[in-house]
Order: sequence, then C-alpha cells, then structure tokens
Amino acid sequence: MDYILSIVILGGINMVAVLGLSIFTGFTGLFSLGHAAFVAVGAYTSAILTYYYFVNYYLALAAGAAAAGAVSLIIGAPTLRAKLRSDYFAIAVLGFGEALRVLLENLDITNGARGLPGIDSFTTLPIVAACLAGGVFVAKNFLRSRWGVACIAIREDPVAAETAGVRLFRTRLLSLVVSAVYCGLSGGLLAHFLSFIQPQMFTLVQSTQLLAAVIAGGMGSISGPLVASFVFIALPEALRVAQMWRLVAYGLLLVLIMVFRPQGLLGYSELSSLFRRGTGGKEERRS
Amino acid sequence: MFLQTLITGLSIGGIYSLMAVGYSLVFSVLNFSNFAHGAVIMLGAYVGLALATKLNLGLGLVLAGSVAGAGIIAVLNERLAYSSLRRRKAPSLYLMISAMGCSVFLENMVYATIGSRFYAFPEFFGRQVISLWGSSVSLLDTGAFVFSLLAIWGLHLFVGRTRTGIAIRAGVSDMTMCSLMGVDLDRLIAVVFLLAGGFAGVAGVFLGIKYLVYPTMGWVTNKAYIAAVIGGLGSLPGALAGGLILGVVETFVSTYVSSVLRDVFSFTLLVAFLVMRPEGLFGRGGEEKV
Repeated sequence: MDYILSIVILGGINMVAVLGLSIFTGFTGLFSLGHAAFVAVGAYTSAILTYYYFVNYYLALAAGAAAAGAVSLIIGAPTLRAKLRSDYFAIAVLGFGEALRVLLENLDITNGARGLPGIDSFTTLPIVAACLAGGVFVAKNFLRSRWGVACIAIREDPVAAETAGVRLFRTRLLSLVVSAVYCGLSGGLLAHFLSFIQPQMFTLVQSTQLLAAVIAGGMGSISGPLVASFVFIALPEALRVAQMWRLVAYGLLLVLIMVFRPQGLLGYSELSSLFRRGTGGKEERRS
Repeated sequence: MFLQTLITGLSIGGIYSLMAVGYSLVFSVLNFSNFAHGAVIMLGAYVGLALATKLNLGLGLVLAGSVAGAGIIAVLNERLAYSSLRRRKAPSLYLMISAMGCSVFLENMVYATIGSRFYAFPEFFGRQVISLWGSSVSLLDTGAFVFSLLAIWGLHLFVGRTRTGIAIRAGVSDMTMCSLMGVDLDRLIAVVFLLAGGFAGVAGVFLGIKYLVYPTMGWVTNKAYIAAVIGGLGSLPGALAGGLILGVVETFVSTYVSSVLRDVFSFTLLVAFLVMRPEGLFGRGGEEKV
C-alpha cells in the first residue's frame, strides 16, 4: 500500500509541473526543453531553506516557487522579446539547463553532485492533492482571464494577436513565469517527498518527460496532460523491466504524435466535454 | 602556453563550427531548430567508430564513411519525421517537438542496444605534436581545425557556385516561389539534409577522436546552437565565426579562470548576445517571418 501511495504522490507532484508546462507549451505555443531546470530551482531553494535554516515547510515551498519564477524572469526577459523567434528561447533554456546543472554540482551549499540527503519529508498526499487542486483552479481561471486569452491568441497567430492589441513580450513572459512557478512548487514538493535531491535528477530526461506528457495529453488542454503524466509515471513503475526502453518510447511517441495526431489525446478540449457532449476531442484545429 | 591555448580553442571551435553549419543550413531552409542534429552527430561518430575498429580503415575512409552514413541518417530522419509535417505546413513548434523526439529516440536506442560504454577511436596520430614558435601543438588539433575550415569553405563554394546551391539560396529566401520556379522541393530539402548530415558526420568523428564515443555525446550540440545564435541564426559565415569565437573563449576561460565555470560562461555569453545583439554577428535579423 505504501508503494502505491508513493506512486500516487509522485504522480501528483509530476502533474503540478506538467500543469505549468501545459500553460506554456499547450496554451501559449512556445517550446521549452528546460522546464526541469525550474523544478530544480524550486527543489533546491526550498530544500536548502528547510535543511540549513529550518524555515517553515509551507514558506519554503512558496519560496521555491517564487525563486523559480524569478529565475524564469531572468531567462525570459532577454529571450522572449517580441522581435525574436521562439527558437532563441528554446536554445537559451537548453543552455540554461546545462549551466544550472554545472552550478549545482559545484556549489558548496548544494553539496555538489552527491546531492542533499536527509531533507525532512513533509510532503503528504493531502498536501499534494491540495496543491494540485489549487493549481488546476488557478490555471483554469488564468486561462479564462484576459491574460490567458491573450496567450491562446498568441499560440494561434502571433501577428494577428499583436494587431489586436496583445502585447507579445509581456504575455509570453507572464506565461513563462506562471509555468515556472508551477514547476518550482512541484520541485519543492518533490524534494520534501523523496528527502533526497541531486543535480542528476533534473536533466534533459526530466524535461522530455514533462514535454511528452503535455504533447501526448494534448495541447490546449488541462485534463489531457494531467492524465498522460499520471500514466507516464505509473506505467513504468508497473513495468519495471521496460525501464531502459522508456525513453525510447517517449521519443518515438513525440514523433508519432506530431506526424499522425498533433492534437494529442485530448487536444483543445477537456475531459469533461467528453461526458457532456460525447464528441469531445473531435474539434480539428486549422493548421 | 598562450599559443597552445589558442590552437586548442580554434580546433574545438572548428568542431563547433562544423556542427553549427549543419544546424544553420537546416534552419535557414526549413525555419525551425533541428534539435535532432546532436543525435545525427552521435550516430556519425558510431559509424566512424565501427569502420575504424571493425574494418581497420584509415582516417580518410573513416571520415568518408561517416559522412555518407550520417548524411543518409539525416535524410531518413527528414523523410520519416519532418516531411509530412512540412507538407501540411505545420507550425514550427510541431517540427521542433518532432525533432526533439527523434533526438531522444535515437540517443536512447543507442543506449539500449549498443550500451552506455565509452569507446575510444584507435589513435590515428599517436599523440604527435609539432613545435610552433616554442610551444608544442597537437597535430590532431591543427588537423581538425584546418579540415573544418576547408570543409566549410567547400560548402560556401557549393552554395555560391552550383545550380543546386543557387536553388538552396532561393529556398532560403522564399520556399513557395522557389517551388513555382520549378525546383523540386523534396529533392532540395533532401540535399540540404544530406549536407547537414555530412558535416555532422565529420564533427562526430573529430569529437570521437578528441574525446570519446558514447550515447550522450550529442549533447555538445548545445554549444553549436549557442555558436549559431552568436554568429546569427541561419547564416553560414556566422556559424563559422560563432563556433570559432565560442571555442576560443571557452578554452581561455577553462585554462585561465576555471574549467568548471566554462559552461556557465558560454551560457552567459549567449544571454549577453541576445541582450546586446540578438541578430548575431552576421544575422539577417531575428524576427519571425510572417
């Protein structure tokens, strides 16, 4: 039972990060292969606060999320400017992931590549569930707000959005910061659940897993990526043998989805619409 | 010491340039970041390694074989993963995701089948050094640098002088118009990927000789992306200059400041360029095409 519980908790923690990336990639249409770095910032910030300074757990979580948001602001400000192609951000965030790993491996306070052991394990299922529920609530409302609608407009057509008065730079940056805050929160939860973190845990592999969940679940959907990310966490646990082939499958999945079904599992619709109309997921998007 | 550092930097920079040229070529024609380029480089290195250890070929044939192998892999990659997206004019986000999927797939396929072992190339130069003004310079470094320059110069001539080269340049400025003028786009793009793959093969072999061959060796391509941005995304002279600058600066940082901070420094350089000169040294402006 403990084993199943821990899978459920891990799945939930992962879902919080996927929710963030879904806002950035699924709703704003920007590509990122470095969101694991924001998870790392959140994890290390909150862990260092509770480990060395005995800060309250909830404050530490908030600080981790805020730190991830602040770091994303530093990366986003020079790279997301309206005049620059989105490729610049993708390259910068890849470089940032590498640079951050090198820093984490060589700083004293992070205990280098050996990682931080013995972080208090405060994270429990109710806390994760509350964070996830709160996260979904905030995300839904964010996407219904003026800013969220602007994000979606940018995804559909940046030029048309700009002519309609959407400020590209601010909206993209806001979307990045919101997604990084989610990732930072997820990192804080993760550090205080596993009670051990090391730089190796936040590599390209993690970023790929987050992205694969968003793409497979469907862009422009909140529930789709959540379902997909849970499957991605639970399935490999169930099929321990396939460990080595997991990433092979993720890679193949990304390509196959892009070639055959770019809208993913639930592209541009929600799980609830399946029950309501029975035609959910059928809306093809013009491309 | 200074000269030695400079030559080492130039040789690493030469390899960065080879990688950045392939990436830039694809970028300038198809307008998306081909993140699978690193995986093609890695596979090129494995092809070269197989030829060198299994068939005991010399360096020339190993390079030729690796160029051909990586070129074919790159073309297949385009056919299977990008061509259908390209035909239905999917947003470049989709192409990027597909490319990243290819990269993850190929890398882990190698990891799962060949294994994570580190392989070394047989020593072609036997650590020979040549003395140059009192400092000893490795023959491999000089050779790699000179060869990279020659290869890029050859590409420059090809793009500038031949009919296919003219078609490529036409494709860069307007794909649709180019196709209306009777250029077979599928063939043009196959040629572009063949060239990019060929350069990836050379880069892979040099990287493998200089360091080792292993599944994640393609991650070095991050540096090539940074080099391409410094030089100006999509510009060939830019890719060359960006690669050389990045290689030299990195080597000086790791020799005189700290080898640990090298990667942090390259990232800082990238951000500095994006703030001060986002179009790069030779760029045509970083604006998104409408």
